[in-house]
Amino acid sequence: MTTTTLPRNRRTSNRPPWEEKPTALGQGAKTLIITIVLAVIAVPIYSVVLTSFSTQASINRAGGLVMIPDELTTQAYKEIFSNQLIVHSLLVSLTITVLGTALSMVVSVLAAYGLSRSRSFAHRPILMFMIVTMFFGGGLVPTFLVVAGLGGYDNYWSQILPGAVAVFNILVLRSFFSSTSPELIDAAKIDGAGDWRILWSIVLPTSKAVLAVITLFYAVGYWNNFFAAQLYLPDNGMWPLPQVVNTYVLQGNSMPGSGITNTGQYFGHQQVSPLTIQMAVVTLTLLPILIVYPFVQKHFTKGVMIGAVKG
Amino acid sequence: MAAIDDGVAAPPALSSQPSAKAASGGRGLNWWGRLKRDRSLVIMTLPAVILLAVFSYGPMFGLITAFQAYDIYNGVAGSPFVGFDQFQRLFSDPLFWHALENTLVLSAVQLVLYFPIPIVLALLLNSIMSSKVRSFVQAIVYLPHFFGWVLVVVVFQEMLGGAGALNMFLRQHDMATWNIMTNPDTFKYLVTAQAVWKEAGWGIVVFLAALAAIDSSLYEAAAADGANRWRRLWHITLPGMRGVIVLLLVLRLGNALSIGFEQFILQRLAVGRDAAEVLDTFAYNYGLVGNNISYGTAAGLFKGIVSVALLLAANKVAHKFGEDGFYRR
Repeated sequence: MTTTTLPRNRRTSNRPPWEEKPTALGQGAKTLIITIVLAVIAVPIYSVVLTSFSTQASINRAGGLVMIPDELTTQAYKEIFSNQLIVHSLLVSLTITVLGTALSMVVSVLAAYGLSRSRSFAHRPILMFMIVTMFFGGGLVPTFLVVAGLGGYDNYWSQILPGAVAVFNILVLRSFFSSTSPELIDAAKIDGAGDWRILWSIVLPTSKAVLAVITLFYAVGYWNNFFAAQLYLPDNGMWPLPQVVNTYVLQGNSMPGSGITNTGQYFGHQQVSPLTIQMAVVTLTLLPILIVYPFVQKHFTKGVMIGAVKG
Repeated sequence: MAAIDDGVAAPPALSSQPSAKAASGGRGLNWWGRLKRDRSLVIMTLPAVILLAVFSYGPMFGLITAFQAYDIYNGVAGSPFVGFDQFQRLFSDPLFWHALENTLVLSAVQLVLYFPIPIVLALLLNSIMSSKVRSFVQAIVYLPHFFGWVLVVVVFQEMLGGAGALNMFLRQHDMATWNIMTNPDTFKYLVTAQAVWKEAGWGIVVFLAALAAIDSSLYEAAAADGANRWRRLWHITLPGMRGVIVLLLVLRLGNALSIGFEQFILQRLAVGRDAAEVLDTFAYNYGLVGNNISYGTAAGLFKGIVSVALLLAANKVAHKFGEDGFYRR
């Protein structure tokens, strides 16, 4: 649970000299609203994670989700890491995310740089070709026909290739690449550097912030994707984690051997509460995002916002 | 700030562009010479072009099945053409109109209840003077954007569902329980609340950028002229955000028919088919689940055409009001 207080010390605040001092009422209302917003976001996440570490007894005492730390246990994690289906789905998710993100980044960075040199050959028609797909497409059913027709049904590449290119991300990268100092690039050209070399040794090293942000966008997209699995992977032994969560936590199907049901009831033969196991699986899905996020988040302001302000 | 030299949308948050109007044409080089000069640049775009050609343009050609009676054994090439029969069937199908109605109602609800929230949040955040507090708040409100819909719906279920935290609390205190997760009548508000929880925080990024781009000497001059904070908000801040607000409204209208697909797929069982059918789920359920390929394709094509029309119409209106919209005239 997080709270925040607004600065009281006028000397350290960044308030411009011409701005009125805030009224106590206004300041109080602002603090209250911001605290509520933060709580609405943080409390559910916190209690889901906490519940995954709680014993059956403390869940019974809380009557459901645990809000205040009580008796803690990692039993649920031992259970899910001994469950074939969950362990496999975790590996599938990790593999799809790593391979997919790598592919998407290579393809997008190349395309973005290829389109970022003004006056280059055919960059306008190629750009139009890409942007059209942002506003019009074949739709779900024809896409399925294409992917299935190419053998993607029941095959892992269907989880990566159809969505590997996000034109929006290419546009973001392109706008950063085209603002790389032209003097630097011209100097490199005079020294005989080709476009591949310029991209690798000049443009990429100066674009680390935006690269981090776009990598996060792609990675999160792959990590969270359940629908591609629902469409193309009929066998639950091949599923990634989000589709497992969808099927066994959200839709309440019971998972063989795990006691996961949607009712949160205690099953006599079970060591741990099904609710704890459910929340442990959910936490497993949350965790990589929570771990990576702080490292990339600082670039949102540095990298992405600057681009916007310049416009 | 929105329109850029190529006459197309910059991503909302990022419209930085080299200001030079790129005159196409290298100095003194013909077509072949320019291709030779820029061959590595063209080669670099190829992987993306190929992927888009297969997985975006390929399905566009597949739209032909909307005018066929698709037959799985003959494929697109061998299936007989039936003209507009699928569309006639579609337009006389009450379930289709119901899905369309659900889509439009949900879009309208989200426009009213969702759209203003990021604007207000951005103004609020912008008024936080301490940069430490501000970046902390920003970090928290951006976070849910990176959760998938599966996670968001699970979190809502654990909080507000029949066995969730809220109803447990109500039950323990002998109050009536509130089953919002399974109530079809309030489903549109539930879906909107989920969208707000997930995306409203991230939505402020664009507005914060617009706010940062406003010249602060305007504020200083206004304050010197005796304008109080509300007058400054009305006469400087809001006009400064107008371009971005219009751009986002235009894009939102273009997206009006694509709303809520994953949320509806995930919660269809819980609230029932009547409330949880939008155009996208209609196409999915008839086309793929029901194996009625041509019918589902027709529904998808209808949605696609109307969406583009909406986008262009909204953009026209934006031009009438003197804004750039998503491309410049």
